[in-house]
Amino acid sequence: MAVNKWFKMANLLHMPEEGDAHDRYNILRRNMIILMILVTLIPLLLMAFVNYHQYRTALRDEIVNPLRVLVNKTKHSFELFLAERLSAVSFIASAYSFQELADENTLNRIFQVMKREFGGFVDLGLIDSNGIQVSYVGPYDLKGKDYAEQSWFHEVQVRGSYISDVFMGYRKFPHIVMAVQHRTETGQIWILRATVDTEKFDDLIASMGLDPESDAFLLNRSGVFQTPSKFYGGVLEQFPLPLPPISYEANVIEAKGPKGRDVFFSYAYFVHPAYILVVVKPKAEVLKTWYTLKSELAILLAVSIVVIILVVYKIAGVLVRRIRESDEKREAAFREMQQTHKLSSIGRLAAGVAHEINNPMAIVNEKAGLMKDLIEYKADFPDKEKFLSLVNAILQSVQRCRSITHRLLGFARRMEIQIEVLDLNEILQETLTFLEKEALYRNLDLRLNLAEDLPRIASDRGQLQQVFLNFLNNAFAAVEDGGLVAITTWEKDLDTVAVSIRDNGTGMSEETLKHIFEPFFTTKKDKGTGLGLPITYGIIKKLGGDIEVQSKEGQGTTMTVYLPKKPKEGYGG
Amino acid sequence: MQDWNVLLVDDEEEFVTTLAERLRLRGIPVRVTTDGEEALRMMEAEPFQVVVLDVLMPGLGGLEVLKRIKADYSDVKVILLTGQGSTWDGIQGMRMGVFDYLMKPLNIDDLIDKIREAVGEN
Repeated sequence: MAVNKWFKMANLLHMPEEGDAHDRYNILRRNMIILMILVTLIPLLLMAFVNYHQYRTALRDEIVNPLRVLVNKTKHSFELFLAERLSAVSFIASAYSFQELADENTLNRIFQVMKREFGGFVDLGLIDSNGIQVSYVGPYDLKGKDYAEQSWFHEVQVRGSYISDVFMGYRKFPHIVMAVQHRTETGQIWILRATVDTEKFDDLIASMGLDPESDAFLLNRSGVFQTPSKFYGGVLEQFPLPLPPISYEANVIEAKGPKGRDVFFSYAYFVHPAYILVVVKPKAEVLKTWYTLKSELAILLAVSIVVIILVVYKIAGVLVRRIRESDEKREAAFREMQQTHKLSSIGRLAAGVAHEINNPMAIVNEKAGLMKDLIEYKADFPDKEKFLSLVNAILQSVQRCRSITHRLLGFARRMEIQIEVLDLNEILQETLTFLEKEALYRNLDLRLNLAEDLPRIASDRGQLQQVFLNFLNNAFAAVEDGGLVAITTWEKDLDTVAVSIRDNGTGMSEETLKHIFEPFFTTKKDKGTGLGLPITYGIIKKLGGDIEVQSKEGQGTTMTVYLPKKPKEGYGG
Repeated sequence: MQDWNVLLVDDEEEFVTTLAERLRLRGIPVRVTTDGEEALRMMEAEPFQVVVLDVLMPGLGGLEVLKRIKADYSDVKVILLTGQGSTWDGIQGMRMGVFDYLMKPLNIDDLIDKIREAVGEN
């Protein structure tokens, strides 16, 4: 199958034989254009496609990396913030004894120092191993509260520390709780619990310096907002989208954002506490450079395609025109060769036939002549008149044969020429004297435009006269009485002179034009031998010249003869 | 009788004998042969003022005979006869000094005119 296809491709450049010539070249041109466009555009498009994807991948990495770095950095800031405070609580739990912390005055003093040094602390309480809050400083009256049944109390006992999700606490500010368990060498256990407001979270997010179209927020593992979001909801509301897959390193995924926009989701999970930091950036914003590059690529591609198509069109046009011209030249040369060949074979045939017929004709002629002589010389020949008329009929027939064979031989004889230096104008005028009477009688408009300074040429006088006589005869036959026959001579170029004989007579159809130089082709039915123009053609060719015929039916004919000033080599002499 | 004699050379016997008879009827003294060699032998034997010679003959061709006549009898006038109207024969003949050439079939009056011209009677 593949082979077949290639065969067909190759076939594209094959010229269909049937159909008229114009169609054939158009088809060739079309096929050439298709093939050249395919051959050039397929690699170009392929490369554009590959480049597009490579660029996109490279650019995406370049654009996405800063996002990842930003998320990592901010995540670390969050972790640092939480770790600092957790360390402070842990330090206090270790530095002081249970008794000291149980004293609310001491606890209050410590709380004040913490607030000053770290900021963000809202309250502080000490809880014994049974879950009872022993002492408390802060805005609520929570002393004596029993935490034994709460989940965080169990968690802190297992893990040693605890950081809660955000919740709405005092004065409707979002808070988190952190708790640290301490165990003395004697085995005594207590828990120090502090509340921290999350105003600082907002500062950390603000410090990311995001553009107005972008958004950043913290979620917990249940998808509840820990900090407010610009586009997705306030604190403690539910995040409307499914959570991204777990990754503790910063990760970037593409997703549909609000209002159906394409966004980059850049996020990282925290180990402890179980938060997720999310940065949402609209893709359009991030990929602005990419879009610019993309449109530049597209423009470049489009321009290349247009240029290629234009060039291919031009090249195909030029090539096909050249092919066509060379085809036509070859065809013309072939036709001319055929014509010459035909003429020379007919010449040989004519000479042979004429010779073969002439000899027996000569015998007939002499025998009949003798018969006539005998009849005439004898005074008392019986039925003298009758026999004389019979013999004369024979002699007349011989004469007819003779004129036919001589005409045929004349045709063959045109192959020989005698060169002399002569004046074309003079020859034309000489030739015209044969026809002057007819022109006068038929009231023809005979116009001579003979170039005064026409250079003399070396050619055959008799043959040229024959040519011009033939043309003029044809022109006279073509026009009506009172018609126009114009003879013009001029110097065509350094080597050539030209003679044109134009008439406004009947003209010829294209079909006739094709055959006029063929021997025995005639339109004059009874009068013509069909040898006039072939003889003329043969003469002109022998003299190294050329004939051009222009004719339109009903408008007239122009025969133009081009003659070299000097005979070409191989002729004359 | 005239004091001159004509030799007629043509390979076509029917043609040449008939033509000779017609010439004799018109008072032209004429001898006939169908062979080039024979013609040369006859010229050795007796004088001829005019030779009418066919170009295309088997054996010794007309032009060859012409060449020998011109070499040996430079004052003999030769009239060429050609059946193949090729002017090449004519031109060649003219170059070799023939008096004139005529094409077959002949017009007998033309031939007689040429002969009389050749012997200076016109």
